[in-house]
Amino acid sequence: MEATTQTAEAVRHVAIAGNPNSGKSTIFNALTGLRQKVGNYPGVTVEKKTGRFFGSHGQAMELLDLPGSYSLQVRSPDEAVARDVLLGRIEGTQRPDVIICVVDASNLERNLYLVAQVLEMQIPTVVALNMVDVAEKNGHVIDVSALGEQLGVPVIPTIAPKGHGLVELKQAVSAASLPKPVKHAPMPEIIDREARSLAEKLHFAPEIAYPEALLLLTLHDRSLIELAANDKEIVKATLDAQKDILAAGLDPISAPVEARYAWIQAICDKAVRKPGHQHLSTISDRLDMILTHRILGWVAFLGAMAFMFFCIFTVAQVPMNWINSVFDALGKWVAGHMPDSDLRGLLTDGIIAGVGGVVVFLPQILILYFFLGILEDTGYMARAAFIMDRLMSRVGLHGKSFIPMLSSFACAIPGIMATRTVENRKDRLVTILVAPLMSCSARLPVYALMIAVLMPVASSLQKAGIMLCMYVVGIVAAFAMAWLFKKTLLRSETPMLLLEMPPYRMPSWKGVAIRMWERAGLFLRRAGTVILALSILLWALATFPKPSDPKASPADALAQSVAGRMGHAIEPAIAPLGFDWKIGIGLIGSFAAREVFVSTMSIVYNVETSDKENIAPLRDTMRNERRADGRPVYTPLICIGLMVFYVLAMQCISTVAIVRRETNSWRWPLFQIAYMTALAWIGAFAVYQGGRLLGWQ
Amino acid sequence: METAAEPLSALAPGSRGRVISFDLSGELRQRLLEMGLTVGVEFEVVRYAPLGDPIDIKVRGYHLSLRKREAAGILVARL
Repeated sequence: MEATTQTAEAVRHVAIAGNPNSGKSTIFNALTGLRQKVGNYPGVTVEKKTGRFFGSHGQAMELLDLPGSYSLQVRSPDEAVARDVLLGRIEGTQRPDVIICVVDASNLERNLYLVAQVLEMQIPTVVALNMVDVAEKNGHVIDVSALGEQLGVPVIPTIAPKGHGLVELKQAVSAASLPKPVKHAPMPEIIDREARSLAEKLHFAPEIAYPEALLLLTLHDRSLIELAANDKEIVKATLDAQKDILAAGLDPISAPVEARYAWIQAICDKAVRKPGHQHLSTISDRLDMILTHRILGWVAFLGAMAFMFFCIFTVAQVPMNWINSVFDALGKWVAGHMPDSDLRGLLTDGIIAGVGGVVVFLPQILILYFFLGILEDTGYMARAAFIMDRLMSRVGLHGKSFIPMLSSFACAIPGIMATRTVENRKDRLVTILVAPLMSCSARLPVYALMIAVLMPVASSLQKAGIMLCMYVVGIVAAFAMAWLFKKTLLRSETPMLLLEMPPYRMPSWKGVAIRMWERAGLFLRRAGTVILALSILLWALATFPKPSDPKASPADALAQSVAGRMGHAIEPAIAPLGFDWKIGIGLIGSFAAREVFVSTMSIVYNVETSDKENIAPLRDTMRNERRADGRPVYTPLICIGLMVFYVLAMQCISTVAIVRRETNSWRWPLFQIAYMTALAWIGAFAVYQGGRLLGWQ
Repeated sequence: METAAEPLSALAPGSRGRVISFDLSGELRQRLLEMGLTVGVEFEVVRYAPLGDPIDIKVRGYHLSLRKREAAGILVARL
């Protein structure tokens, strides 16, 4: 015990704060290299990123990367975390000994707003004046020592991508004694007085009671109501103080903000020399004339998206084939070295095939994250939200919900993880709920099979046409459901859009690589746990109980297994869709992962599928399949109905697992399975019965 | 000198203005203030998005985009 306390004290805790786009992550990556750890704060889904580095005298430092935020006034879970860490209110996270506040020198005034708030926290602070090169290029001359003098804390100029200033930054945070900030924005007298008296009522250490009181005073009604559940007494005291301030002719919500900006303005007047208004437009401004242009903007946007998906669906195919062949070879090797037994079946058909079927999507996920990282780093993501916002707001969503939905075309998992940028909780939930309706790449094998059954000699143009229709069905369903959820279950106003459009920058390749590495790790860990367990379960369902006749064909064995019986059991429910019990087995077998439908159907119809690419034998068997009365099973209506079912149904256990993690409850993933299954049933029903009413077969 | 106050959303791309007052709820007002859109600050309307909304303005040296709906509650004087 004694020893651990001592080492904990020896390590200096440094937190790094800053606005989004200030280059905070680049400084974090540069200081810690690959000595990083990603976790979650308890109870919320905000990522906790920590790393180690060594100070200028070799002392160990623990660096905590706070979520990027514009203010400590809480609006999103991310900002709540930043504030709570600085107030020392998060369990398992120590109040930092020193804060590095990263500011973008080329956008100084707004970046200093967060600094002004951080200085009020009474924690030793070092300001990293980042991107000084960009500021200089724009003609801003910053007098660093004057800025430091005015702010009352050390200011270190840095150029993070080039590593400039990092040694000095380390030196500054390793100083033996770090004084607390001596200056901060002076508050109007009445606000200062009310904050002091409110601070006395709070049960906090005096050094955090004042900043806490100041944050409370500026709360607007809605967040006060949220707080009311926790402490009625403090809410009353806050409301009284706000009334007193109003009576004195000041607005408690805006006066502190304006006081801080007035202070910042005065500092910048002394420390920054700016060019006149007539300066030349920057390269970034000129790029925006094209990239957000009424017509060219769309061309660039659609071109970028098309290129991204081209890479996801074609370039990724090469490594995907490698992974497939590795897992195939592994399965064959195990099969060749073990006697035929249940254990062998479990290993080859259950574990290797099941996990291999998910790991095969890793290249697509990596490519997607590569592009998302570049779009984010270059600043184009904000432009995509700017262009798409109008469409998204029609269904009550935010331009920022667009990226998660777009990512879901590759895979819903990164899409749902990307919803973290959506501030409003309800909007984030709506986005999570509808994201899996976008046709992901796991649906492609199902579409390919059903299109082949529907039109064996279709030209690639016809195939692409049908495929496109399925994508459109998914998009329309996603927007319609988002609209419906926003009107009913998750009713809230269309969120406000306040989007910073940062200047275009070169991406940080190191940062992009680190993010890809992290995501791949998360994905593989899930494949190794949840998906492994489910693969075993589904294998068991499709294997037991075993047929009494040991010479029974695999198709008969499957029919007698639990999965086969479940297929029979659900037949009454799917008969109105025109599906028979064999299709029922396919639906059950692919409950965990859609693409399993193809391999399940090949077992159902007893077709050897030695070659995964070649679906011709299965296609022909399915085309020849007849009902008891001699009519074909796979009529065009059934084929289309089945595809529509797969567009709309959840059928993906990895998505269920990630939704469970991101929403912190089972309620939403279960609701999602329920509504999507219902939607899929209604969709397939409408196709089948509607088609029959119109006289088609 | 002072021109009459009008909503920010009435300004055409390329025009400049100064914030006079807000006609918005506390939460929205506070967010705009924190992003640097304080009373008295000068800004330029840079462009409207391809579909006509949101608006891209330049304030305190950076680009901020906001929807017409909120911009209608920001009263400004043309410069």
